[in-house]
Amino acid sequence: MRIDPKKCVGCANCVPVCPMGAIAVSPALNRAVVDADACVECFTCYRGMSKEHLNPVFVRAVRRVAKWARFRFDPEPDVCPTDALTPEELTWPRIVRRAFSDPQVPHESTGIHGRGTAEVKTNDVTGRVNAGEAGFVIEFGRPGVGARFRDIEKMTKALAALPVAFEPMNPVTTLMSDIPSGTLRPDILGEKVLSAIVEIKVQFERVPSVLACVRDVSKKLETVVAVGVSTRCHPDGSEPLQALLEREGYAPYRGKTNLGLGRITVPGAKAPPAAARRSA
Amino acid sequence: MTNTLHRYSDHYAREPGEDVRPVTDDYIVFAMASKGVNDDGIVEKYRAFLKLALEHHPVNIGDATHGGWLRPQRNLTPTNHWKRGRTPDPEAVLAGIDGPSTVAAVFDKYENLKAFVDALAKADIGVSINIAAPMDAAHRCCKDTGLPRHSVEYSLGFRGRVEKLPEAKTLELSTMCGHGMVSAAFARKMLDWVKENRRTPAEAAAYLARFCSCGVFNTKRAERLLDEARSGANGHAPREDAGKPAR
Repeated sequence: MRIDPKKCVGCANCVPVCPMGAIAVSPALNRAVVDADACVECFTCYRGMSKEHLNPVFVRAVRRVAKWARFRFDPEPDVCPTDALTPEELTWPRIVRRAFSDPQVPHESTGIHGRGTAEVKTNDVTGRVNAGEAGFVIEFGRPGVGARFRDIEKMTKALAALPVAFEPMNPVTTLMSDIPSGTLRPDILGEKVLSAIVEIKVQFERVPSVLACVRDVSKKLETVVAVGVSTRCHPDGSEPLQALLEREGYAPYRGKTNLGLGRITVPGAKAPPAAARRSA
Repeated sequence: MTNTLHRYSDHYAREPGEDVRPVTDDYIVFAMASKGVNDDGIVEKYRAFLKLALEHHPVNIGDATHGGWLRPQRNLTPTNHWKRGRTPDPEAVLAGIDGPSTVAAVFDKYENLKAFVDALAKADIGVSINIAAPMDAAHRCCKDTGLPRHSVEYSLGFRGRVEKLPEAKTLELSTMCGHGMVSAAFARKMLDWVKENRRTPAEAAAYLARFCSCGVFNTKRAERLLDEARSGANGHAPREDAGKPAR
């Protein structure tokens, strides 16, 4: 992302809306500028701000008078008055930033908008995590910190050594040059993203060892790590995961619950083993 | 994407055994189809979901590819700059659905959540339906509506450099857009503006909601948080893991 210096009036409305804090008003230019290394190409500024199309020369003149008179500005805080935010054409490897940071860009690997896959959100028709298994979503950089792939690789390598099964359709997995070792492509290691999600599946009894690994590796990273863990419920709706997490010392409060209302409706589609509770 | 999984509340910072006020005004229900499994007629299925939601008083609805019912405006002019409405536009959400996506409805009352889930079960739309909420509330809803849970996913909170996270009230606001489109700095600015009486909590919540790109931002919970911030209450500081001492 760049900010067109011919249009920018230095109002600074875009400064706080950047999730990465990558925008600042340059004292020398009196224009907002983007720190390209800090920017993750999430397009929050471009897409989230409303836009006016005022004449920049006129707006600057008004602002100069108001500043001289020490008038207190009270503008709409989410508006770019001159439509100065300008997307740039991204090339490899920088394009990876947008793929992981802008939730409205679908990943080619998953076809899903966002940074992960369907997790257990469609487990009732995919059977991705079955009885006796646990799925993990290990997210880096969110909320509001950002992550470099070199940090993410520390975790993928440690998990691979356990070993674990990486979700093959996950966007991070598709960037691995060697999946058995959890090694990522070297040309993306310096790229920064708003967040990225590593997804794995293990046998249920191995949940504690994965949690321990994530705890240990997280201490060595420069970012934050958010962890979610999932499982399939018994037919009566009970599940063994909460008790296991409590034994491990966790007191999980929030989560997602798949209601099992999905069913196969595409003619000829096959249900994975033991997946769907209901069928058409 | 885990855009509704890790919504911050003081529960992420409680001491073991400590009682924390439950979150009782934030329940999300979302629908998601699987490619080649149940994505036939997906536009109409998602519209049916949202139309049903609108009968049960949601506080936001949205489509992950186009946003919620409060959206940025592309062509403001000096004449309408001062007349910006905060009236939700559900028709824009319904009309905007054009293919694969995820659609969601947010509720601030348990009774509305329960009634919607009950109606969804009867409607039998065919796509996967999930509740993102406190797990005890979701479990209760399943029992009340006679739906055994199929799968569960627990949020275990944050690890690593948690000192880089903002203060609790800011985090509680900004994580209501799980995609991270509501920045902590902007949430903090809105907290300050409400404290300074420059904007009402409802106005500040609407500014924040326009940045959420999938419509799961809960404006009613945001209004409550912004109003509470006037008293200076700032909640528990973030810490590692949900209710678990760092080892």
